[in-house]
Amino acid sequence: MVDITPADAVPPAEVAEMELYHPHSWWTKYVFSQDAKVIAIQYSATATAIGLVALVLSWLMRLQLGFPGTFDFITPEAYYQFITMHGMIMVIYLLTALFLGGFGNYLIPLMVGARDMVFPYVNMLSYWIYLLAVLVLVSSFFAPGGPTGAGWTLYPPQAIMTGTPGGQEWGIILMLVSLILFIIGFTMGGLNYVVTVLQGRTRGMTLMRLPLTVWGIFTATVMALLAFPALFVACVMMLLDRALGTSFFMPAVVEMGEQLQHNGGSPILFQHLFWFFGHPEVYIVALPAFGIVSDLISTHARKNIFGYRMMVWAIVGIGALSFVVWAHHMYVSGMHPYFGFFFATTTLIIAIPTAIKVYNWVLTLWRGDIHLTIPMLFAMAFIVTFVNGGLTGLFLGNVVVDVPLSDTMFVVAHFHMVMGVAPILVIFGAIYHWYPKVTGRMLNETLGRFHFWVTFVGAYLIFFPMHYIGLMGVPRRYAEMTDVTVMTESAHHLNSFISIMAFIVGFAQIVFLFNLIWSIRHGREAGGNPWRATTLEWQTPQTPPAHGNFGKELPIVYRWAYDYSVPGAKEDFIPQNMPGTFGPSREPA
Amino acid sequence: MSVILVFLLVIAGFAGWWLSHQRLMTKPWLEQGAAGDFVAFDRSGLPTAKIGLGVFLAVVGCLFALFTSAYFMRMALSDWQPLPMPRLLWLNTGMLVLSSIALQCASVAARKRQMDTVRLGLAAAGLTAIAFLVGQLMAWRDLTADGYFLASNPANSFFYLITGMHGLHIVGGLVGLSRTTAGAWNGARPERLRLSVELCAMYWHFLLFIWLAIFALLAGWAATFIDICRQLLT
Repeated sequence: MVDITPADAVPPAEVAEMELYHPHSWWTKYVFSQDAKVIAIQYSATATAIGLVALVLSWLMRLQLGFPGTFDFITPEAYYQFITMHGMIMVIYLLTALFLGGFGNYLIPLMVGARDMVFPYVNMLSYWIYLLAVLVLVSSFFAPGGPTGAGWTLYPPQAIMTGTPGGQEWGIILMLVSLILFIIGFTMGGLNYVVTVLQGRTRGMTLMRLPLTVWGIFTATVMALLAFPALFVACVMMLLDRALGTSFFMPAVVEMGEQLQHNGGSPILFQHLFWFFGHPEVYIVALPAFGIVSDLISTHARKNIFGYRMMVWAIVGIGALSFVVWAHHMYVSGMHPYFGFFFATTTLIIAIPTAIKVYNWVLTLWRGDIHLTIPMLFAMAFIVTFVNGGLTGLFLGNVVVDVPLSDTMFVVAHFHMVMGVAPILVIFGAIYHWYPKVTGRMLNETLGRFHFWVTFVGAYLIFFPMHYIGLMGVPRRYAEMTDVTVMTESAHHLNSFISIMAFIVGFAQIVFLFNLIWSIRHGREAGGNPWRATTLEWQTPQTPPAHGNFGKELPIVYRWAYDYSVPGAKEDFIPQNMPGTFGPSREPA
Repeated sequence: MSVILVFLLVIAGFAGWWLSHQRLMTKPWLEQGAAGDFVAFDRSGLPTAKIGLGVFLAVVGCLFALFTSAYFMRMALSDWQPLPMPRLLWLNTGMLVLSSIALQCASVAARKRQMDTVRLGLAAAGLTAIAFLVGQLMAWRDLTADGYFLASNPANSFFYLITGMHGLHIVGGLVGLSRTTAGAWNGARPERLRLSVELCAMYWHFLLFIWLAIFALLAGWAATFIDICRQLLT
């Protein structure tokens, strides 16, 4: 039965020593560092900090919606500012930056067996430009007139007109400048992630041996590099409209009885550009989550991922398809019915590769040796949540269903489930999973389980009622609805209930942050490979990995990333860099 | 949005071609052992910097394809009044072509390690590129002097926006070019110098291509061309 053949004689790694930049001072080691791991932590810390701002903003919104008329300082203008900043921060400055800048920087070099990113200096610049973008964004809170209240989609003409908060003041300008900076910074980082996966792989690490995490981040980065220019173009053109009076997007408008100097522009053009970025953005956030969750499930169920090839093809397929569905965000803009038909079709087709992925996750769990660790809990919660959010997506993808629901809380509930809660659950799971590698210590288990159950159950108690009040016809984007027929007594009660749950779930995140900080010093010692995982980042000589990641010699990869519970092997996992042939059924047919 | 979709189709075609060479059909769970033994295609033999620049140029191409898409969509609206192309643009085009040729010469000379020719090529490329930029600014000044202001018509807005974006990319390229030139004078290692000259040449050729495309677009030939195509198809 046991069939362990000795390793073939393998020549020593002839990978040339990369020209690593070695820091000379405290500043270049911890602040202006070119080490991808430090940059990853900088990215993550900044994203978390700005994410906290967005969390507080969501509390303020829920205060207003749950208890209308109680809080005088939340004027309708302030409410719109909260909505706008909450959405923009969460989607771009938190999720995108954390998945690609944070996890991408930390995991890509370690997982592909590289010493660092291929262009470390550009990588460092990427972070500092991102930080600048965040600071510009934050500065708009202190600018005259406050931040923009145009909604996170920034639709013209209202985005740059007088009635909108920040429209004729600094708010919108700072927002556009911040986005432009973010895109420039991201492009620098993105080049690194892509080229490192292409060129930085160690010996033996073929594309089909990459962990799915790397596949997800890689594909998402390629998509982001191609999609963000659309937002860039839209921002530059709107900035010109606002600052220099051009008419790219601005039609002839009479404002307060006065004819503005704009003429003939097309707001729909902006929507096309925005959503040409905006829809791929959903998958830019989702694909890294897909990849990470595959690895979490496989590791914590001690079983190889089901259908690895299909998983890879599905990731690539989703990436390609997501570029031809953007107009499903614009069904209510008055488009040609055939146009709507086309986009409804492509939208529904995306369900196929997505469903393949869900089946594969479930089949990986099937008869696995499931350890209900915190990362596993979060991973399973993700699957459920993603299915829930995805199913309402099937409704909304159809034009006839979308048109009546488009402006209701149903849509809010849908996209929060599918691209808010679901990816955030993965981020939490990933942090519990990789925190021991980053710090050398485990996160506190009790606090972690508290965090998980409150977040998971709480998120459902927030968003399930929200679907319901959406179906009742409660519209979104309204600061206050007291005496309207759709707001029945029960809808009011539900709104108050949702708000209270939102505070509780938010509180659980504070506990999580406390856990993150407390465990750096007081957590249990983790050792190098606490989850007994196969991928290369767990095989580093030091934990946390030192500068250069792998000590003297780069690892050589002998197998794929999912050799768990191989019959005949001594342990239930075989690291990717372990030579030898294991198992009776491994002969290629 | 058809221009950007065609552009992405080209990118997708290239990506598909590349992926088809990456053995995506293998069953990695059956293959154990040092992959070097049976994997013919690992990393590309091209220098990493060139691949990085290639990816960056794809992003730049995407940016200009999107501007072009927006241009065609905005152009269809009724208030569009095309502006006359300044004759100066032909001279500028010539300058940019010369710049590209000079860098190509420098690149060939760097391969043959003829340092004097490399320096001459780099200097000529830099000067002609600066001449191009000055020419563009003069074209802008001529247009504003004739009353074609940025905000007076969308055609003007797009003209200034797109040429400005292209100019900014040239300025960025000049930063890289000046570093390379400084290296050529201060005795950089020949291997390194050759790579940076080749990178500059690659970037310059691409920006020349972009310029020719947007020149055709702004002068209205691209629209005529597309009309002809459309008539042939229907």
